Amino acid sequence: MSSSTLDVAHTPHGDGAESNPHHQSHFTTMEQQFDTSKIGMWLFLVTEVLTFGGLFVGFGLMQNRYPQEFIEAHEHLQRLAGAGNTVVLLISSFTMVMGVLAAKTNQGAKCARYLWMTVGCAGIFMCVKAYEYNHKFEEGLLPGYFYHHKGDLIAGSHGYSTFFSFYFMMTGLHGLHVIIGAILLSWLAIRAKRGEFNSNYYTPVDLVGLFWHLVDLVWIYLFPLYYLIK
Amino acid sequence: MSTHNGHAIDEKAEARSYVLTLSALLFLTVVTVGASYIDFGQGNIVIALVIATMKATLVALFFMHLAHDRPINGLIAVAGFIFLGLFLMFDLIDVDSRHDAIPQNLHAPTVQTTAPAGAPGADPAPAAPAPAAAPAAEKK
Repeated sequence: MSSSTLDVAHTPHGDGAESNPHHQSHFTTMEQQFDTSKIGMWLFLVTEVLTFGGLFVGFGLMQNRYPQEFIEAHEHLQRLAGAGNTVVLLISSFTMVMGVLAAKTNQGAKCARYLWMTVGCAGIFMCVKAYEYNHKFEEGLLPGYFYHHKGDLIAGSHGYSTFFSFYFMMTGLHGLHVIIGAILLSWLAIRAKRGEFNSNYYTPVDLVGLFWHLVDLVWIYLFPLYYLIK
Repeated sequence: MSTHNGHAIDEKAEARSYVLTLSALLFLTVVTVGASYIDFGQGNIVIALVIATMKATLVALFFMHLAHDRPINGLIAVAGFIFLGLFLMFDLIDVDSRHDAIPQNLHAPTVQTTAPAGAPGADPAPAAPAPAAAPAAEKK
């Protein structure tokens, strides 16, 4: 691989690297360029897993310290809203992967449609989230110092405010990822509609897709741990 | 393997595998929500986490293409989860061993210099806890 950069133009790689405007000269082929980008994305995803992982571990430790408070606090979360959001995110993952498939089979318009559907799911998810947050705000179920909910079984315990500190931190960070994902997807949908992606170059769609699935993956664990645990 | 040649993709087959994956994921979601309404005691958390892990695996293998991707990407992903497991494991060991460290079980710190240097009968190896060692030395 190393010595062939110069004669790339003369080598019949057959993947259009020499003529592809997205081809960067330090890669031999478009395929090598794609694989390299993908490895980078996976490394980034691992840092994301560890970021959320730290919060999950913290949540587990605090649940261990305040088991009764955590069970009582979790009753304030609306299980059906959480389940609905899970379904929305799973469907969005499906439309995402269909978008990637459309991009790599040279169907730009179809790809754009799927990506906009994914953005729509992100919108529904955030609306449900806003509704849930609003409900928490009204009941005074707020993180840390701001917690002022009345009628807890163990009055004055820090367990309740700790639960909602973790709840808002983790769902908030997850929601931020959803918003960032939706912005990236909108940008890609516009580019896909312009026909910028094809079977030789769909790297951005694929990588944002991986990011989007990670957001889904985090929610797959968030949902049972917050909404379903007894 | 290489998804890079457009003509090598069986679009219908891929789409079908995605539909199947989505169906499995939705099915597992219904199961996990349903199971949460039944009281299995300690079993609830185990069921919830096992189903979540099954769902995560489906997403990683099919939606994130790890099943047909280059092994290096899967290796990176698995390594990430192994390190997360290490992190979690040591924290659990810590929490589980805390009951050995409640105040009643702690011993007073050993104080080395209770007897004056060179005093007759000063024990050269005061291994016993200090509060006990001091009166013993005086009796000798």
